[in-house]
Amino acid sequence: MKFVNLLKIALRALSNNKLRCFLTMLGIIIGVASVITMLAIGQGSKNSIKAQISEMGSNMIMIHPGNMQRGGVRQSADDMQTIKIEDYESLSRLPGIAAISPSVNSGGQLVYGNNNYPSSIYGVTPEYLEIRKLKIKDGTIFSDQDIRTAAKVCILGKTVIDNLFPDGQDPVGKVVRFGKIPMTVIGVLESKGTNSMGQDQDDVVLAPYTTVMKRILAIDYLQGIFASAVNEDKTNETIDQITEQLRVNHKLKDGVDDDFQIRSQQELSEMMNSTSDMMTVLLACIAGISLLVGGIGIMNIMYVSVTERTREIGLRMSIGARGIDILSQFLIEAVIISVTGGIIGILLGVIASWLVSVIANWPVYIQLYSVVLSFVVCTVTGIFFGWYPAQKASNLDPIEALRYE
Amino acid sequence: MSEKKEIIRVENLRREFMVGGEKVKALRGVSFTIHEGEFVTIMGTSGSGKSTLLNMLGCLDTPTSGEYCLDGVSVQAMSKNQRAVTRNRKIGFVFQNYNLLPKTTSIENVELPLLYNSSVSAKERREKAIQALQAVGLHDRLYHKSNQMSGGQQQRVAIARALVNDPVIILADEATGNLDTRTSFSILTLFQELHRRQRTIIFVTHNPDLALYSSRNIVLRDGKIVSDTYNDHPASAREVYESLPTDND
Repeated sequence: MKFVNLLKIALRALSNNKLRCFLTMLGIIIGVASVITMLAIGQGSKNSIKAQISEMGSNMIMIHPGNMQRGGVRQSADDMQTIKIEDYESLSRLPGIAAISPSVNSGGQLVYGNNNYPSSIYGVTPEYLEIRKLKIKDGTIFSDQDIRTAAKVCILGKTVIDNLFPDGQDPVGKVVRFGKIPMTVIGVLESKGTNSMGQDQDDVVLAPYTTVMKRILAIDYLQGIFASAVNEDKTNETIDQITEQLRVNHKLKDGVDDDFQIRSQQELSEMMNSTSDMMTVLLACIAGISLLVGGIGIMNIMYVSVTERTREIGLRMSIGARGIDILSQFLIEAVIISVTGGIIGILLGVIASWLVSVIANWPVYIQLYSVVLSFVVCTVTGIFFGWYPAQKASNLDPIEALRYE
Repeated sequence: MSEKKEIIRVENLRREFMVGGEKVKALRGVSFTIHEGEFVTIMGTSGSGKSTLLNMLGCLDTPTSGEYCLDGVSVQAMSKNQRAVTRNRKIGFVFQNYNLLPKTTSIENVELPLLYNSSVSAKERREKAIQALQAVGLHDRLYHKSNQMSGGQQQRVAIARALVNDPVIILADEATGNLDTRTSFSILTLFQELHRRQRTIIFVTHNPDLALYSSRNIVLRDGKIVSDTYNDHPASAREVYESLPTDND
């Protein structure tokens, strides 16, 4: 028996019942389309969360002083003064670190002319821009010279500018006051908008860390260190290097708790991912169930078809169709229904995903694997649910089948 | 007659069924030999075992005991699949209710047996189907669907389907049972023509009148042969057909 012949026989039989065929297919179409759309939405939201996190600085590692017991009294981490400039300098020599910046910050009122605005000033190095994925729109970043001399210069974010310069003046070159200290604006940051947590990333003032330490806070320790790993995969390795280096610097003996804490963006992104992974699994479950229902539809209709065509089966057997030929014919019919339904479903799913992204403005992303997966599942569904009715057809006794009314 | 090839040889064929725990003997030792070119009618009332015999001869069923040789090959030794292949290559069935595929053109119906024979190419298949339809006088109805044709035409398509694989034997089961008298005779005429072209035909019927038109008549009763007579001068079905009034009157 040639496969082409079987295919021809099956197609012929299907074309005799176009409407029924289509209605059966509809179950699969809806199932597959929902699988594709659901997975596209799930993956889309995952990708957008990932993008937002990496916008905040993808491989970012944050080092803060850790809380420590001193004479039985647990101290607030903010009061700790364990991280020094020497730590920053030694960490900057580690191989796994791409960029590093100390961090000291202070809240305060910014004043320009009649306008004032409460904001935070961050004392950093130019590498901070790289770590946080910030860009200078106008002007320049402060130089090493500025850091060495604790120059009274600053860079402003968009929100700060909007409040201090409401009439649209160019802030570069102007002198603003932070508290009592006059500072020259040398640059303007490109706007980043709010992040996924709802924080305004433009409400920021950057200055050399030496300026903030010496002129504003008058401290000799760091409040934290920001660093970025060479790449995301190396983040954990780099954290280990930093831990080791800091323990050596701080002369911590084995068994003594760290007096600092390290957090990475990766932890955050893992947490976010696990949430959206769960959502994707849930969506896929719902979609999978609808595919199952479609499969049961195929089985049902194949049963009806076998009963209805008993005489035809008897005739085919009497003119020389073997059991395997009958089995193959019905199986091929079931697979044609499910695979055609699958292809239409995939197309429909792609269109639906596109509509979701255009109309509802949700991020969607169709992965190749979800398309391949639904296609494979369809074929398997067809074979699985078509098998039993086909088996029943092939086991009919030709004499009985021919006599069937 | 002895120099002709043996197509069918059955010896002491028996078939028993279990119905509701009771043994029913449908065939109780049937023996005969059919040679090439014979037109045999097998007669009998219902319950005589003629359907059982036909199923046996058509390789749809196997005997409980006895010997059946078709075209020199013993059938009861065959597996289910081998019997299917034998049906496909050596037997042509014609049924009372035609058994054409619904909503399917004549030519596709006739091609059907060849679809189950992988040694026949698509081109050959089409040619043979057209030839078979020409042989039954339906060369102008190749692409008519089965439900657009009259009973007589449908039965002609069924006969063409039985001829298309060039079988050693044509088995007809009450092939005129569903047709009116005039159409019956036109179908019978067709069978006689096939007989004249040296086709071997077995025609199973309960209608005793048909014995006049065959070359040999076997009568069954209660699973046994009660008479087996040769008819050297069969009556012409064509003459009867032509003498019958047409529907137009």
